[in-house]
Amino acid sequence: MKFSYFPGCTLKTKARDLDKWGRESALKLGVELREIEEWQCCGAVYPQVEDEIASRLSSVRALMDARAHGEDLLTLCSACHHVIKRMNHDMKENEYVRTRVNNYLKPDVPYAGETKVVHYLEMLRDTVGFDEIKKQVVNPLKGRKIGAYYGCLLLRPSAVMAFDNPEHPTIIEDFLSAIGATSVKYEFRNECCGGYIALEDRAQAAKQVERVLSSAAGRGCEALVTACPLCMYNLKQNAGEHALPVYYFTELLAEALGVKEEQA
Amino acid sequence: MNANEQMLQETVTRISGVNVRKCMRCGKCSGTCPAYGEMEYHPHQFVYMVEKGQIEKLMASKSLYKCLTCLACVDRCPRGVEPAKLVEAVRLMVIRQQGMNHLKPDDLPGKLDDEIPQQALMAAMRKYSK
Repeated sequence: MKFSYFPGCTLKTKARDLDKWGRESALKLGVELREIEEWQCCGAVYPQVEDEIASRLSSVRALMDARAHGEDLLTLCSACHHVIKRMNHDMKENEYVRTRVNNYLKPDVPYAGETKVVHYLEMLRDTVGFDEIKKQVVNPLKGRKIGAYYGCLLLRPSAVMAFDNPEHPTIIEDFLSAIGATSVKYEFRNECCGGYIALEDRAQAAKQVERVLSSAAGRGCEALVTACPLCMYNLKQNAGEHALPVYYFTELLAEALGVKEEQA
Repeated sequence: MNANEQMLQETVTRISGVNVRKCMRCGKCSGTCPAYGEMEYHPHQFVYMVEKGQIEKLMASKSLYKCLTCLACVDRCPRGVEPAKLVEAVRLMVIRQQGMNHLKPDDLPGKLDDEIPQQALMAAMRKYSK
């Protein structure tokens, strides 16, 4: 199993752990990740208007690189996944965007959304399989009560992301069960933490964070997992009285697979 | 509606791709909006005001910078109206004007802390600056 891999700007800097444990665990599971050469930042936010063409080019370059290698494109950061998957959808379905992006990039073969974009969690579920992961777990996270924090970007808009049921997702809970943890569901697991507004208005972000964390704490979560560096930052940095530890899901995967202790 | 109002309304409609006339006024967008309490004009009002051509009022409102881009209104609208696209379209109509950037590179150093991810800086510049 081999994928083209798009790490993204933050996984090379503040979210190195998300990247490192993702790569190490993939290796252990027999999944090869080929990092795209000279990839460019996806822009971290999807432009919701049609006539923003330049903002779309970097994602399309990554998508074309995966096409050239005949591989699916694997993402790990929630924002990269959101942006690149939606750009790919535009290239497939939106003639206005497709025409202009191709006019700009002038590829030998025009790009029309041929690449499949796969999030790391989808790869665990659909390619490796949670049952298989369960078999490979050497350190089950027994007795640890962990809440899945989905946030916004992986789930919505559901018609394009097609990641899971947007109101009743289960993929991260299923992942947590596979690595032996006890998953705890809480009301605000798929509501916004306000990460995008953290720079603009920290007080507003803190209000959103409190809503998520008090809901999680109220249901007995002892920690949360996320796939998003911005959620990670916001949930930790802007937490109030209900602060909880927050982990990248790849770190817990590495721990369960015994990859983390091999490194220690 | 005067000629200027009509032109602004056409611009919002063209760049957002939103058909405001699909709205059936159920208010679910505002009901589910996590930034509801912070906004002068709420998501359902964006839809209504675009339909009425009141774009200049929206362009002058701080509500443009309160949307979290969480897409709850987009996904939960039973009519597929996608109000968040209107918020973004109107915001872009403001910041695409000369000298109207909401965030300038010089503003950034004062907002940084040691942990802030690159993703946050990148997103803020994309959302608030042209």
